[in-house]
Amino acid sequence: MKKIIANEEYCMGCGLCEVYCTVQHSKSKDIIKAYNRENPRPLSRVKLGVHKPVSFAIQCIHCEDAPCVNACLSGAMQKDDETGLVTHDADKCIGCWTCIMVCPYGAIKRDSSGKVVSKCDLCSELEVPACVANCPNGALVYKEVKP
Amino acid sequence: MCSELSQRCFSVQRGETVISKYVIVGASAAGIGAVEAIREVDPVGAITVISDEPCPQYSRPMISDLVSGKANFDKMMCREDQFWEENNVQALTGRTAVSLNLADKYVALDRGDHIAFEKLLIATGGKPFVPKIEGAEKEGVFTFTTLSDAESLVAKIETAKSAVVIGGGLIGVSVTEALTKRGLEVTMVELKDQILSLILDQTSSEMVENVIRKARVTITTGQSVQRIVGKPENNNIVGSAVLTKGEQVQCDLVIIAIGVIPRMELASGTDLKTNRGIIVDKFMHTNVSDVYASGDVAEAYDFVFGENRLLPLWPLAHQEGKVAGYNMAGKKAEYSGGTAMSALKYFGIPIISIGITNPQENSIYEILVKHEPERNLYRKIVLKDDVIVGLSLVNDIERAGVLFHLMKNSAKVKKFKQELLSEDFCLATLPRSLRRKIYPRE
Repeated sequence: MKKIIANEEYCMGCGLCEVYCTVQHSKSKDIIKAYNRENPRPLSRVKLGVHKPVSFAIQCIHCEDAPCVNACLSGAMQKDDETGLVTHDADKCIGCWTCIMVCPYGAIKRDSSGKVVSKCDLCSELEVPACVANCPNGALVYKEVKP
Repeated sequence: MCSELSQRCFSVQRGETVISKYVIVGASAAGIGAVEAIREVDPVGAITVISDEPCPQYSRPMISDLVSGKANFDKMMCREDQFWEENNVQALTGRTAVSLNLADKYVALDRGDHIAFEKLLIATGGKPFVPKIEGAEKEGVFTFTTLSDAESLVAKIETAKSAVVIGGGLIGVSVTEALTKRGLEVTMVELKDQILSLILDQTSSEMVENVIRKARVTITTGQSVQRIVGKPENNNIVGSAVLTKGEQVQCDLVIIAIGVIPRMELASGTDLKTNRGIIVDKFMHTNVSDVYASGDVAEAYDFVFGENRLLPLWPLAHQEGKVAGYNMAGKKAEYSGGTAMSALKYFGIPIISIGITNPQENSIYEILVKHEPERNLYRKIVLKDDVIVGLSLVNDIERAGVLFHLMKNSAKVKKFKQELLSEDFCLATLPRSLRRKIYPRE
């Protein structure tokens, strides 16, 4: 499957990945409306990790044998055998935080409601995920990797 | 829905013997994990699952959500309705396995029928621990483990005004939250001097107690319930609970939520080696050939303590069940171990607590703590020989998985231990070599 790969050598820590992730997961898909009018503001599902001089963006890497899927209490977190995506069904999620406890990448967050979790969905409706498409320095690439 | 499912499920006749390659007793987390693993390896071998519940593929940790009204029955189904059919499993639901014959390799069921097996998994789980309390037989006393417990409780909630919850552990806190949300006045009675004493230290426990008290719950510690008294008009119905220090608390319900103990009845009288639970190796195999055990009934490996012990937790049960399933189907798989690990969502205060969080022999352990009362944040990390052996995070929980990963892999954290409590701690904080191990790029 295609995955997002972070190259820390090229990451400048600008945070545009988070901005465009927020916009992509907003209701309006408009940067001004998403930041100024949507309340609560949608959460970025990618997290820029910074420990100078190192920085890079982390999002769900859609593990083959995903700890979050194994640990999920409600069946909200599932592995799609066809696409390889680890999918999250917010309607089934009970916000028990067990997935957060076991994700080795720290890639799952409580969403802005505080009631369910939120994580990268690889922007399934887009050809290229928003964070990758808007990374100005090629630090995020979207490419086919071995499972 | 349950009855429909049962009807669609397979049935055996009285006195009949059925042969099944794989037999799994118990269909909760470990049973489900085993079915999933077996089917990954062996798409055709016959699997029979025996469960005494009518509709077993629900999430037990969610029974408090059913009581609170947060989840309905459909939402509690942690696998699709057709889970057993899709995996070609003969599900004997609402049936009880009464004994094992390990020499002739069969399970005897409640109506005299036998299920012969090649490989057996005992995943019978746990049952509530119920201490002897005078008056515990009265109407209005509940345990809180299964869907049927939750349904019985829901049926009483409309008319009840108050409840006493015995036990301030995970189950006690979960049922207290659910009852509070339904408008009941709850008194939580905890024997230890703090609630959640198995997973939290005093400071973090107090933080939680404060939040729970704000929800108008009465918490009393250092005592238990000595007897349950009936109502003046009907002695058979719960009217109050008398605490060990003498106080009498009026209540319509008493919920016994002290903990679970393994359901070991099947192992008794067999050659299976048991301690507090059934003893297994890292392949979840018991001392008897072709017999496996997983979940709350088994004593599985704890990687922090380096020994096997009871750890009745859903995610671990599922993982143990998976390991058993792979091995039963012939794919060698080793259980990497679990430890005491809990994520809590109750009363709106998120907590993650893993491993040794409240060590007593302080000379062996190094403790890192950051407490910010004004922000209601608490972070504690316990180290032993520069390896993380425990952590507690209150409110700021999102780094927990990275820390847990370091802990599980016994990573030496000496070089960056001052960063562990930082709000910005993440993969970028780790030394490059360690980061590469966790996050390989290609």
